[in-house]
Amino acid sequence: MPSINDYLVLSAILFAIGTAGVFVRRNLITILLSIEIMLNAVNLTFVAFGRAFGAPEGQIIVFFVMTVAAAEAAVGLAIVIGLFRHRESLDPDTFTSLKW
Amino acid sequence: MIAFYLFGAIAIAASLLVIAQRNPIYSVLLLIASFGALSGLYVLLDAPFVAVIQIIVYAGAIMVLFLFVVMLLNAPHEETEHDERVHPLLRRGPMRFGGVLAVALLLELVWALTKRGGESGAFPSAAVSSVRDIGRTLFADYAFPFEVTSILILVAMVGAVVLAQREVPR
Repeated sequence: MPSINDYLVLSAILFAIGTAGVFVRRNLITILLSIEIMLNAVNLTFVAFGRAFGAPEGQIIVFFVMTVAAAEAAVGLAIVIGLFRHRESLDPDTFTSLKW
Repeated sequence: MIAFYLFGAIAIAASLLVIAQRNPIYSVLLLIASFGALSGLYVLLDAPFVAVIQIIVYAGAIMVLFLFVVMLLNAPHEETEHDERVHPLLRRGPMRFGGVLAVALLLELVWALTKRGGESGAFPSAAVSSVRDIGRTLFADYAFPFEVTSILILVAMVGAVVLAQREVPR
């Protein structure tokens, strides 16, 4: 049987992949997808700890994380659509109006 | 054990390909594959409820929303006129910082978790897995956060509509 450490290592790898995606990619949609990868890595940690401690809260908080992820995806994609209408681009480096 | 490594390998490989793809449609489809593997891991963790809502809500609803926006914007390819062939770790500024940060995070976490003490991290045999228990806890102990969630969804819905609407010519 895999122990909790195996799940935590897997979750750490997925989270690092998501972090790399946010910083390395120059596409707003791929950046949002990388955030989803990070959220899922944390979900895996929650479920693994809930299983280890025998508590249902580990699965309940995943429910809340998914709700927040859905709201974040809806608002984030709406912002992406609005930005694309203004500049015809998805490269975050083109949106520098607020840069000092 | 074999199933854990199989699902874990699928999840990692699919997530890496999400980052590596240049076409966002392939990225979204690969992320759905990654979510399917994670759903298998949830089944291995005796969490069938989470596994099912992972497929239904994440792969079914959120990823379809992403796919819809990718097709709506019709800008499939990333415009990288600058440093196309430079490795991400060798690029300038925040990109290199982010790549280095991700590698450091990965090394640190793997090191910290493999260098554990004598206690084994094996799971207890009894598991809280029934949807009945989860529903009872969710609607009894966590009823208030659950209701707040509905307000969050309402705010997100209104915000998405306001942000994405066309500006009406006056």
